Amino acid sequence: MAEGRVVGIDLGTTNSLVAYMQGDKPVVIPGVDGSNLVPSVVALDPMTADGRQTVTVGNSARKALFETPERVIYSVKRLMGRGLEEVQQELKMFPFRLAGDTESSEVPRIQLGEMRFTAPEISAYVLRQLKRNAERFFGTPVTQAVITVPAYFNDAQRQATKDAGRMAGLEVLRLVNEPTAAALAYGLDRANTGTIAVYDLGGGTFDISILKLNDGIFEVQSTNGDTHLGGDDIDNLLLAIALDEIFAEHGVDLRGNPGAVQAVRKAAIDAKIRLSAEQSASFDIELPNGDRYQREIPRAVFEMLIEPVLERTAGPCKQALADAGLTPEDIDEVVLVGGSTRIPAVRDLVDELFHLSARGKKPHVELNPDEVVALGAAVQADILAGASKSTEEMLLLDVTPLSLGIEALGGTVARIIQRNSTIPASATEHFTTGVDGQTNVAIHVVQGERELAADCRSLARFDLKGIPPMSAGLPRIEVRFLIDADGILQVSAREQRSGKAAQIEVKPTYGLTDEQVEGMILDSFDHAEEDFTKRLLIEARLEAESILAKVDGARTNLAWAHLSGAEQSAIDVAVRTLNEVKDGDDTTSIRNATLALDETTRRLAELMMDAAVSSALRGKTMNAADEELKDDVTAPHPMAAAEFK
Amino acid sequence: MFKVLDSAVPVACWACSVAHNESTLFCPHCSKIQPPPGGDYFSVFSFEPRLNLDAAVLEHEFHRLSRKLHPDRFARADDNERQWSLADTALLNDAYRTLKDPLRRTEYLLKLNGAEIGEEHSGKERKDTSRAPADLLEEVFDLNMQIEEMRMAKQSGESDPNLEASLLQAKMKFDGLLSDVDVDLRKQWKAWDEGGDSARKTAQNAMVALLDRRRYLSNLVRDVTETLGAN
Repeated sequence: MAEGRVVGIDLGTTNSLVAYMQGDKPVVIPGVDGSNLVPSVVALDPMTADGRQTVTVGNSARKALFETPERVIYSVKRLMGRGLEEVQQELKMFPFRLAGDTESSEVPRIQLGEMRFTAPEISAYVLRQLKRNAERFFGTPVTQAVITVPAYFNDAQRQATKDAGRMAGLEVLRLVNEPTAAALAYGLDRANTGTIAVYDLGGGTFDISILKLNDGIFEVQSTNGDTHLGGDDIDNLLLAIALDEIFAEHGVDLRGNPGAVQAVRKAAIDAKIRLSAEQSASFDIELPNGDRYQREIPRAVFEMLIEPVLERTAGPCKQALADAGLTPEDIDEVVLVGGSTRIPAVRDLVDELFHLSARGKKPHVELNPDEVVALGAAVQADILAGASKSTEEMLLLDVTPLSLGIEALGGTVARIIQRNSTIPASATEHFTTGVDGQTNVAIHVVQGERELAADCRSLARFDLKGIPPMSAGLPRIEVRFLIDADGILQVSAREQRSGKAAQIEVKPTYGLTDEQVEGMILDSFDHAEEDFTKRLLIEARLEAESILAKVDGARTNLAWAHLSGAEQSAIDVAVRTLNEVKDGDDTTSIRNATLALDETTRRLAELMMDAAVSSALRGKTMNAADEELKDDVTAPHPMAAAEFK
Repeated sequence: MFKVLDSAVPVACWACSVAHNESTLFCPHCSKIQPPPGGDYFSVFSFEPRLNLDAAVLEHEFHRLSRKLHPDRFARADDNERQWSLADTALLNDAYRTLKDPLRRTEYLLKLNGAEIGEEHSGKERKDTSRAPADLLEEVFDLNMQIEEMRMAKQSGESDPNLEASLLQAKMKFDGLLSDVDVDLRKQWKAWDEGGDSARKTAQNAMVALLDRRRYLSNLVRDVTETLGAN
């Protein structure tokens, strides 16, 4: 294909994935450690001796959480497109710090080690990782993508996501709403009429969308949600309880110790996950003072704890049904999306909301809820590429989740595009002047359902400039508001009496200017490189060197001694094979040998990870922990599973 | 140079230079997408303006045109075609949203024909007691009193079953009146669709009045429902 592939990307709160259409079937491209999920975690590595600063993404960044928590950020999606006040609110739940000198008018920056980053920049690192994974996989550059966003994302959050794509060197052909993407993934091989509801409870956001399927057309009827609601909230609930109890029972306040907090958080997440399968789960954490915090959490208690969180998904579901003019009985199928829908209490709630078991129905969970959004993004990517038979009959008609309005006299909102309007959607409004000779008119655009502009989300303020001086009320300025297929607002204006196109300067309330985005583009020469295969070979060699060095370093680690003799000699064999091929020119054999070594060292990596967690809890400083783990606790997983055929 | 295919306002197709009627989404000659046409919402679907529309036919046309026009079909086209696809699809969606809803459709058609309509059905509806239909003045007055009493009772946490029953009865009555308006509206649709100029004029005036009445009644019903529902 001359124009290259279009990949589908799920840029998630907790995990991100990249997928593509393999023939008529969407598949996920494996990530750095051979797993399909790339944790949306970004770590700034300590500066090297020669002053170079590198960024790690994914599983290896996650490990840094326990060692250098002040250099790691996760769940950054919750900060996308948000202003200073909202970020401050959000950060109460997370251990990140805002850069000290942030002003309310600029996009908030997070302090990471000695550097500071905006949320789109952090997301760009995750996207770049996914882009690289895909490039490794295909052996060709990837420059175009479809990226998914929560359906309930507002204009600023969508724009921030698009900006992140651009910084990562990706042309974002379309932003697709996550629940709609999931419907696409399911709709691919399913009978094609009916009404479906997609209930998507992810790491940080909740969406509900109701769609009608008709002969390949996926027409969204209504959508609703909460962009501050997800698995994170459950984790933080458990974490807070554990920290309180640790303080009450053992007199140890871990709150000032970010590494230890992360270790407890990991234990909380593990417990949450176990509780989906088991009736009870236990915490057993060794504290810095040597005490153990042991706690049994029966599922019933867990369910009572999380009920208020889950209950917050009920309102949006009922509103979405009402907006679509439907009752629960009208819903033919319900699709569950997002890791949090594995929780049995969530499934019970969905069953109740949509009267499922009462009608002898079950929600759809056939596709992995962690992957289904990425798979759908790949389907949409294929639709946009327009190259394939399997999707040529498919078309997605999505809606805008929030009403668009302009501030009228007295601070009220005049709604010009109603929520749940099919996008693209437009509205034309006419403005005039109030004073003789006035040449500017100021307009304030907001998004939301409240009566007063102050209670809605401020999108942009702009001035219509260059209006020819006339008597008050005489100019007639036509302003056209258009919500595009990405759900992002475009504005254009024209003075009708003079026929002059009025100049508009749209100042987004929250967001980066074009110039700022331009300045944040990551390694802009990355894809300008002429010899892509050469770069792949160099990368493969570097990765081989890196894993060899790590395995070498691990031999003196305590974890090595825990391996059986057979495991040790398997590693030795894999090391020898890799050493034999790594200086050759065959990228594929270097890859395969690296991958083989990665496989054989997986248990070693796990043992070392456990050691890192417990040393974080014992309150070791990062240096001491490093010392103990022989200066490299990062598991030897620098390599994506590569397939070349 | 230009071959005129249609008598009305010929414009040249950007792609093949053949002139065509302005109100078309695709060039009849080379099938390429065109900038947004200037016609009304009905012409987007190639319909004559009319009030009785078959919802299934409208939906079918909407889907057919969406498949051809949607920006997803132009993701890799050049800038101009992408922009036109966006603008055309916005027009298509706006048109469909307006025409599929019988009340919005009626208001739109009336406005096209120069009628002054207070507020759009889709917009925010403000209560306006001054325009109470003359034949209902007394009942509306009583009802508003009862609504007020009910609200006060609710606020002080009391319940008044008599009042509630009376409100429910009123709601049923006004619901019935609403259906009557809808029946009358449909009669006027037919009159407009099938009539000549003067019959249309008469039907238009009748519809403007019916829409006013309807708006007023539905606000009342909404208020009663809210008052009863806010337990």
